[in-house]
Amino acid sequence: MLELSNLTLAEGRVAHLDDVTVSFRKGRLTTLLGRTGAGKTTLMRAIAGLAEPDRGRIALDGKDWSRLAPWQRPVAMVTQQFINYPHLSVLDNVAFPLVRRKVPQDKAHEAARDMLGRVGLGTMIDRRPSQLSGGQQQRVAIARALVKKAPVVLLDEPFVNLDYKLREGLREELVDLLKAERETIVIYASTDPREALQMGDDVILMAEGRAIQSGEPQNVYARPGTTRAAEVVSDPPINLIGMEVSGGQLRLDRLADLPAHALGRDLPAGRYTLGLRAHSIRQGGDLSARVSLTEVSGSETVTHLQAAGQALVMLERTVTNHALGTTITLSLDLGEALVFGAQGRLIEKEPVHG
Amino acid sequence: MRTLYLALKYLAVLLWSAFVIFPFLWMISTSFKTANAVTGGAKWLPWLQFEPSLSGWQSLFGGVGGINILKPYANSAIVTLSGSAIALVLGTLAAYGLSRFTFKAGPLKNGDITFFFISQRIMPPIVLAIPFFLMLRFLGLLDTLPGLILIYVAMLMPIAVWVMVDFFNSVPRGLDEMAWMDGCTPVTTFLRVILPNALPGLVVAAMFCLIFGWNDFFFAFTMTFTEVQLLPVSIVALNSSVTPWWSLSAAAIVSVAPLAVLAFVVERFLSRGGLAGAVR
Repeated sequence: MLELSNLTLAEGRVAHLDDVTVSFRKGRLTTLLGRTGAGKTTLMRAIAGLAEPDRGRIALDGKDWSRLAPWQRPVAMVTQQFINYPHLSVLDNVAFPLVRRKVPQDKAHEAARDMLGRVGLGTMIDRRPSQLSGGQQQRVAIARALVKKAPVVLLDEPFVNLDYKLREGLREELVDLLKAERETIVIYASTDPREALQMGDDVILMAEGRAIQSGEPQNVYARPGTTRAAEVVSDPPINLIGMEVSGGQLRLDRLADLPAHALGRDLPAGRYTLGLRAHSIRQGGDLSARVSLTEVSGSETVTHLQAAGQALVMLERTVTNHALGTTITLSLDLGEALVFGAQGRLIEKEPVHG
Repeated sequence: MRTLYLALKYLAVLLWSAFVIFPFLWMISTSFKTANAVTGGAKWLPWLQFEPSLSGWQSLFGGVGGINILKPYANSAIVTLSGSAIALVLGTLAAYGLSRFTFKAGPLKNGDITFFFISQRIMPPIVLAIPFFLMLRFLGLLDTLPGLILIYVAMLMPIAVWVMVDFFNSVPRGLDEMAWMDGCTPVTTFLRVILPNALPGLVVAAMFCLIFGWNDFFFAFTMTFTEVQLLPVSIVALNSSVTPWWSLSAAAIVSVAPLAVLAFVVERFLSRGGLAGAVR
């Protein structure tokens, strides 16, 4: 188990990591999900020893890493940029970490050849990295990271600079490759909630340098602990609507009064935030809203709406091209609604129907 | 329109080539002339119509009224090559440090240190002549090869630092970090990863060092008396009341030859491309 405790790293007044305490388990792929600037890369660099935390501790199986230089840490890393050694052939690139660790040349080449075969570059071992395409270059980097069998593998948005089709394919290949490593801790950073939730055995949500929630993907998705976590984990964006409850009655700010709704029955009077996923807003009903943007992707439509000053996002599983500026009617399905308290914390509740 | 453009382009290239090549042709032809042929001029074909003579060349190898160029030539080669080599090694190490690590001495930071190196080339050499002279005298190295090498290292290292700092700054830091991940210490990172990729920069820096070192007259003249003579100084010694253009031309050819070969080789090397493919 790789344990990070109270990791803090600030540059001037900007906190890149703010008291992060998380752990990563062996044989599992943990995704770090967060927007750009959330601290994912800094966290990985701290684990690799490339960034020095101001406070906190990193330990693998109880062994403290604080005093280990980057070249002493048993870590492999693949970055967004496709970094390879330009002066070495593809084969020598992949064999390099083994040769540096005093593995005999022929053994290192054998292992490198084997790993290159597994990433589909078996026929290109004599080329230079500059003679490869972007996707192939990144495969070389991945092969180089995996060949040393490091107990900790860090993957920092490795496919973000590749085109969509390639990304899909490589992601699957990578997951297959990593499945074979039962003792390896794999940490994968992503800005894409779908990717993070699909790939991860565990997911850690990051925002503003803090680890705001961790757990298994379906739990984290179903029960985001705070409004911030709900924002990070939801794609398309979640609708957060201010709400007043009094005597079982719900009053959604600027939108609607819902008399005696089931959702309000167990809530004490006060102010709340209602978290409504985009698929819980449906067309047709007694709310009216103006269309401000429509994104049609394949078989889905994401429509951005304005309803009396409240921005809403609606997801439909059909292709519906709402004309810009037109007014449509909506209804809200509160069945899967999340309710957050005054501090933005999730209020656990039994599922309600009504 | 296209043909006109092409014709003009070729014309421009031809004119430029002539501009560059003619001095050399003139120099070569002059080196085979006698006094009369130089001053008299030709009736029909300038540069070609004359009675060839080897007297200019003979004067370089112990001929009448001439010098023996072999010893100064060897001296110049020794001083330039060793001075450049030492300056390159020290300069490259310093440049890597300045490019990768942060130094701070009071208000002085990396940029100031780099500028300090370069600033030595801003001062006119005469400013440095007296301190250098006194230092060499103190060390007992005046008029010796090691003394000259020392001076040349001091004069050439700023060039190496300057070129290499710029070059190392263009090599992505990610490459260093990747090497660390792969088990390289900073020293092996430098030797195994950065240096092999810095070859184009090294070649450029080496070229500058060799050219400046080889062509230097000022320090070769002020730091030596009788024991050691370098090529530029001995060429000047050819001069007398009547300027011996034929000998000077021969000497100029001999002295420019290694640099011409160097330029040719380096051009070939650099056109093959340098750091393609490190980071996308």
